[in-house]
Amino acid sequence: MEQIVTKEQSKSADESVLNLFWAVLKRDLMLAYRKKSDLFNPLIFFLMVATLFPLGVSPEPDFLAEVAPGVVWVAALLATLLSMDSLFRSDFEDGTLEQTLLSPQPLFIVVLAKVLAHWMMSGLPLTLLAPLLGVMLFLPAEGMSGLMMSLLLGTPTLSLIGAIGAALTVGLRKGGVLISLLVLPLYIPVLIFGTSAVQAAVTGLPLAGFFALLGAMLALGFVMAPLAISAALRISVSG
Amino acid sequence: MSTSLVQVENLFCERDERVLFEDLSFTASAGEVIQVEGQNGSGKTTLLRILSGLSNNFEGDIFWKGQPVAEVRDDFFRELLYFGHHPGVKAVLTPEENLQWYAAMHPGVDGGLIDGALDKVGLCGYEDSPCHTLSAGQNRRVSLARLYLSHAKLWVLDEPFTAIDKKGVAEKEQLMLDHANRGGCVIFTTHHELAIGENIRRLNLDELAGT
Repeated sequence: MEQIVTKEQSKSADESVLNLFWAVLKRDLMLAYRKKSDLFNPLIFFLMVATLFPLGVSPEPDFLAEVAPGVVWVAALLATLLSMDSLFRSDFEDGTLEQTLLSPQPLFIVVLAKVLAHWMMSGLPLTLLAPLLGVMLFLPAEGMSGLMMSLLLGTPTLSLIGAIGAALTVGLRKGGVLISLLVLPLYIPVLIFGTSAVQAAVTGLPLAGFFALLGAMLALGFVMAPLAISAALRISVSG
Repeated sequence: MSTSLVQVENLFCERDERVLFEDLSFTASAGEVIQVEGQNGSGKTTLLRILSGLSNNFEGDIFWKGQPVAEVRDDFFRELLYFGHHPGVKAVLTPEENLQWYAAMHPGVDGGLIDGALDKVGLCGYEDSPCHTLSAGQNRRVSLARLYLSHAKLWVLDEPFTAIDKKGVAEKEQLMLDHANRGGCVIFTTHHELAIGENIRRLNLDELAGT
């Protein structure tokens, strides 16, 4: 009898956590949808880099094909970084972040939902847009799958890491520069394995190893980053 | 016999090398309405932020129902309603969506009561207008609607009457008294003259500051 009760209790607890996750995800997506400028800013930046790069350096297809993986990845990384500062800022300014921290609900779940919403608004569209940039930069067709896949695995990690920096600097008036300094060193491994995966795809080398490493980084970030973000938010609001 | 809900012992807090309060001890029991008084900058908001668990920038002990608050944080948050300087209202969401989100964050809140609560704070007809189209007072009313939704025992309200009209203030005063009579506890700050003055306990930070 007791066991049944605990099972039912844990089931209802699971459900409430799931409901919380959906509620936060839905709210953040709705917020982004109603404030479209935040939504398009990183995407336009991403496109601009790919458009201006050949104009500024060289329009030579051979040269562009060689640098395309790096350019696309660096542009995606900087576009993500650009959008990071706004992740908690508006919540901090209007007091909803305080209410979030004073909730009995697990902050881990709330933070995870917020980061997922942010990724769906930045990393996911960047990934979907990447083949277009690949074509613009003469990336060989063999490299496309590697590019998409590495961005799909890599951009969530960028969002998770960036959110730690955003949480740490949300209490400061001007956190933008500080975020870059805090977060860029942690972005470098993702960048290295991301671009290597695309280059390997272009040259026809096996990709599984790169994807495994990117996946491992994502898994680690998935488990650890929300803890760090939660702690950082508490410190920022407390200050 | 009233039960003590919040017990504060030897609270010390300094900010920018200025002591806001030291050796501050008091007990807030069920059925009490406590007004924290003090000049601007005397630390009223800081005290309320410490009490609600937002700020860790203090020394001393705070107990919730006799247990250190850090150990029973989840229980404490379940019973707490905090109203801060920023009303906690998202400008691009409607009043209803704002309260739905609050209900999702606080499992004790019944989402079915939202319409009634908005009605009670005089926002009937504004359910679907984004909050940035509402006035400052109306925005604070959206946040105050939580008082009608929540089952929290302890209300910590920082300047709840700012930008609220006279009738609204009278209603909220009555609401605070009713809450205390139901066995709740209210700790709040305000610079308004209150009609319910004789029923509230005052905690003056200027006198307690020990200066």
